[in-house]
Amino acid sequence: MLEKDILSIHDALVRGEVTSEELVREAIKRSHEVEESCNAFVTILDDQKGGEVTDNLLSGIPYGLKDNYSTKGILSTGSSNTLKDYVPFFSATSVLNLERAGAVLVNKTAMDEFGMGGTGTTCHTGVVTNPWDHTRMTAGSSAGSAAAVASGVYPYATGSDTGDSIRKPAAYCGIVGYKPTYGMISRYGLFAFASSLDHCGVLTRSVRDAAIVADEMKGIDPNDMTSWDSSYMHLKEACDKDLGKKKVCYIKEICDITRYPNATEELKSHLENFRKTIDKFKELGYQVDEVNINEKLLAAVPSVYVIISCAEATSNMSNLTGIVFGPRGEGENYIEMMKDHRTKGFSSLIKRRFVIGSYVLQKENQERYFRNAQRVRRLIVDEYKKLFESYDAVVLPVGSGPAKKLEGSTDILDDSTQILEEHLQIGNFGGFPSITIPDGFVNDLPVGINITCNCYEDELMFSIASKLEGTMNYKGQIAKEARHD
Amino acid sequence: MTKYLAKIGLEMHCEISKTKSKVFSSAKNDYNDAPNTSVRPLDMGFPGTLPVVNKEAVRLALMASMILHSKQPEYIWFERKNYYYPDLPKGYQITQDNNPIPVGIGGYVEYECHGEMKKVRVTNIHLEEDSASLDHYDTTSTINYNRSGVPLLELVTEPDFHSGEEAMAFLEHMRSVYQYAGISDADTKKGQIRCDVNVSIMDASLDEANPENWGTKVEMKNVNSFGGVRDAINYEIERQIELKENGTYDEMPQQTRRWDEETYSTIYMRSKVDALDYKYFVEPNIPKYKLTKEWLEEIRASIPKLAMERKQEYIENYHLSEYDAGVLIKEKSVSNYFEECVRLGIEAKVAANWVTVNVVGECNKLEISIDEFYITPEYLKQIMDGMKEGLISSKQAKEIFYKSCEEKKEPKTFMSKDNAQISDREELLHLITSILDENVSQIEQYKNGKTNLFDFFVGQVMKHTRGKANPVITKEILTEELNKR
Repeated sequence: MLEKDILSIHDALVRGEVTSEELVREAIKRSHEVEESCNAFVTILDDQKGGEVTDNLLSGIPYGLKDNYSTKGILSTGSSNTLKDYVPFFSATSVLNLERAGAVLVNKTAMDEFGMGGTGTTCHTGVVTNPWDHTRMTAGSSAGSAAAVASGVYPYATGSDTGDSIRKPAAYCGIVGYKPTYGMISRYGLFAFASSLDHCGVLTRSVRDAAIVADEMKGIDPNDMTSWDSSYMHLKEACDKDLGKKKVCYIKEICDITRYPNATEELKSHLENFRKTIDKFKELGYQVDEVNINEKLLAAVPSVYVIISCAEATSNMSNLTGIVFGPRGEGENYIEMMKDHRTKGFSSLIKRRFVIGSYVLQKENQERYFRNAQRVRRLIVDEYKKLFESYDAVVLPVGSGPAKKLEGSTDILDDSTQILEEHLQIGNFGGFPSITIPDGFVNDLPVGINITCNCYEDELMFSIASKLEGTMNYKGQIAKEARHD
Repeated sequence: MTKYLAKIGLEMHCEISKTKSKVFSSAKNDYNDAPNTSVRPLDMGFPGTLPVVNKEAVRLALMASMILHSKQPEYIWFERKNYYYPDLPKGYQITQDNNPIPVGIGGYVEYECHGEMKKVRVTNIHLEEDSASLDHYDTTSTINYNRSGVPLLELVTEPDFHSGEEAMAFLEHMRSVYQYAGISDADTKKGQIRCDVNVSIMDASLDEANPENWGTKVEMKNVNSFGGVRDAINYEIERQIELKENGTYDEMPQQTRRWDEETYSTIYMRSKVDALDYKYFVEPNIPKYKLTKEWLEEIRASIPKLAMERKQEYIENYHLSEYDAGVLIKEKSVSNYFEECVRLGIEAKVAANWVTVNVVGECNKLEISIDEFYITPEYLKQIMDGMKEGLISSKQAKEIFYKSCEEKKEPKTFMSKDNAQISDREELLHLITSILDENVSQIEQYKNGKTNLFDFFVGQVMKHTRGKANPVITKEILTEELNKR
C-alpha cells in the first residue's frame, strides 16, 4: 500500500481497506529494512501511532522529514556531530503545517552534514547508499529522503535544496524532487545552510504527490520575512490544467553532446535519453527551442555557488559553539571551548567550506570574491529571466548520467562536465520553482530531467511536469533491488 | 593645553527601551526580568530561527535619525557583523553598516556646554541588536540572554569635541533627546547607555580642518558612565601630551585601550593591526524594505517636543526665568509634572516655584523619581485651591504639603474648617479693637513716628489667632483703626 500514490492511499484509508495504524507499523518496519540496506535514517520513531483520517489527503499517512527540520521533542541533528544529541523545543513551521494536515511522521532521514554536500556520504551516521545499486551514491544532500521514498517506505519525505539537494538525489533515485519558488514554504525551523539559497521542498514518486504535499507545507509565515502569501495557488489542481504558452527551451551550451569530446558512454546515453524526452514535449504539442547562453556566465555558476553558499554558511553556523546546545567543548577559556567543539564536531568537508567562506568575506577579499559573485549571480538570473519572457520553462538533463559509484568518489567534480552537474544551482540563484522527474534509465539506473520556471510560476511548472510525466512509464516507480511484494 | 588641541569622537550606544518586544524577536524588551525569561529561540541562536524586524524599533530609530538632522535611506536593510563571543549566541550581530546606508547618515547636534552652544557633526546612526550580558565569578561565568536582541541605537560622531566636558555635555543632551522623544529611558544605571571614545591630539597652531594634521587615534571601549567618559578623555589627553612632550608620541601606534575605573587610568588592549575583521555582509533573511514618503512624514510629524523647545515655551508663554525653565526641563518627568500642573489650572509661575523648590527638593531628599512622588499634580492642585479659596495660608500650604507627603493622605483631609483662615471682617475688627485697647503706649509710640510697630500689632493678631488671620484683611483693618486713634 505504501508504494502507491497519496490519492490511492487516502481512498483506501477512507474506505477502511487499511488503517493509519497499519500503515504506520508497515512504514516503521520498512524503515528498519531500508536503514539496514541504505543507512538512510538518523531516527526511526518506533513508538509512533496511527493518526486520524480526515478529508485531508495527507491525514493518517506516514512520511519522513530530513533531519535538518527542527522537530519539537524529537532528535534533530542535521546529520552533524555538533548536534548529535540535540532535541529541539520547537518545530519548523512547515512541520507544523504537515501536523495540522494530519500527516504522521515515522522517521528523520540522514543527509550530508547540514546539507553541505552532494553525495550522501558525509552524514554523521555514515554513507547513504542508492537503493537501485548499493555500490552507488544517492547524491545529496537529501540522501536519506531520496533512498526512503524510492524504496517505498512512504509516499513522500521532505528535503531541502540549496544547490540541487532535492533535485539531484531525486534523479539518481528515480523519483520526483520539487523545490518551490523561494519563500513559498517557510524556512523557519530549517537549519540554515545558505539563507539566500535555501529552500524547503519534497521528494515523491509522482508529480501530483509533490503538489499535494507542497500545498500543505506552504504558506506565509510571520516567523519568516522572506515567505509570501501563496494561498491563491493550488498546485494539485494545476496538475490537471493546461497553462502557459506551450513553449519550452533547453540550453545548447549545457546539452549538446559535441561540447563533451571525452564523453563517457553513460553521458552519451543520458543526453540521448534527454533528446528523446524533448521529443515527448513535441508530441504533447509544445514548441521546443534550443537557446544559447553566454558560456562564460555558465562557467561561472559553480564558483558563484561556492562563494555565496560558503560565505553564508560560515556565518550561519557560527551559532554552533557548544555553549547553548550541542556537546560542550573542553578548554581553559571560551575560545578553546568553542574550538574544541567545532574541531571535533564538523567533518573536514565542512571545515574546508568554512575556510573558503571566511576567506571570501575578509575585508581585503570581499569585493573581489563575494561582491563579484553576487553581481554574477544577478547576471545569470537575468539571463534566465530573459528566457522566461519567451518560454514557459527551461528543461535540462540532471547531472551527467546516473548515480555515481561510491568507490573513488570525491566531492570535487570532473571539470569537463561541470556545468551539467551544477546548472540546477541557477534555480537557487533566482529562487525559481524547479522540479526533477525520472525520464528513463541508463545502464539500468534511473536518470532524470529538470523543469525550471520563473518565480511564482509553480502552477505552470506543475501543469508542464504532470503532462510530461504522463507520456512516460516512470511514475510511481520503486527501486528494483528494494521492491516489496 | 593651549599648545595642543584634542580631537574627540564618540560612539554612543543607547538601548531603545520603549518598544514592547526585541528588535528581531517577539521576546519582551525588558531584561530586568528574572534571568533568561525574556527570551525566544532566536535570542539564544537556536538552529532554524530567523529574525523578524520590529517595525516600532525602526520607527524610533528613524525618528532619532530625523532629530539628528541625518539623511534617511530609501530602503531599510541590515548587515551581519561576524565574531565569536559567548554573549553573541548567533555568532554574528545583526546591525547596519555604511554601505548600504543605515537609518541615518550625516547630520549634526547642537548642545550646550557651560552656557555656550556647541555643534557636533554626526557621521551616522544605526539600528542593531544588543548582546547577552555576562557575569563573571571566580571559577565560572553566567550568561543572561534577556538582553540579547534588545534594540540598540549606535550614534557615531565626527571628532568634533575638544574636551571631556564637551563630550559629557553632549551625552547629557542626547540622553535628554532620547528621553523626550520617547525612544529610551536612557538610564546609565541600568547600562542602557555605553560609549566608545576616540581621542587624539594635534598641535594647536595647525589647521584643524585638515585631517593630515590630526594625531594618532586611540580608542577606548565600553565606558559606561558619563563621568567615566569625561575622566577617560581627560586622562588620555594628558597621557598623550606627555608623550608629545617627551618626544615619543610619533611612536605610539593606533590602538584600543580600556578605561579602568579602579586605577582611574587607561590600559592598553590591542593595536589596530590586531583588530578583528568582522566580515560584514547583507543579512539575507531580512528582505530590503522600501521606506514610503508617507511613513517618513508621519514619523517626522510625530516627533514630540524636545527639551529645548519646551524651555523656550516656558520662557515665552509662561514668562518663567531662564533658570527655572532650565531646572524644569532637565528631566522629562519633571517637565511633564509641571505641564500637568499647568493643565490642571495652577498658575504657571506658582507651579514652577512649587515644582522646582518643594517637589524636586523633596524627591531628592527621599531619593525617589518624581513619578513615584506621593503628591501628584492633582494633590498639588488641592493645596493651591485651598490657598486661593482662603482656606489656608501659604505657610499652612507648605505644612500640608509635607504632612500629606509624610502621612500619605490627600491634602484636602488637612484642610478642615477648624484651621481655615479667618477672613471675617467683624471677627477680626473685634479682635483688633481689644488688642489696641490693651496696648495704648505702643499706639502712642507708633503715632510719634515709630512706624515699625505696625508689625508688632500684626504679630499680636497672629498670636491670638494662631496664625490663621488673613494677613491682607488684618493689615487693612489695622491701618484703618490706628488712623482713627
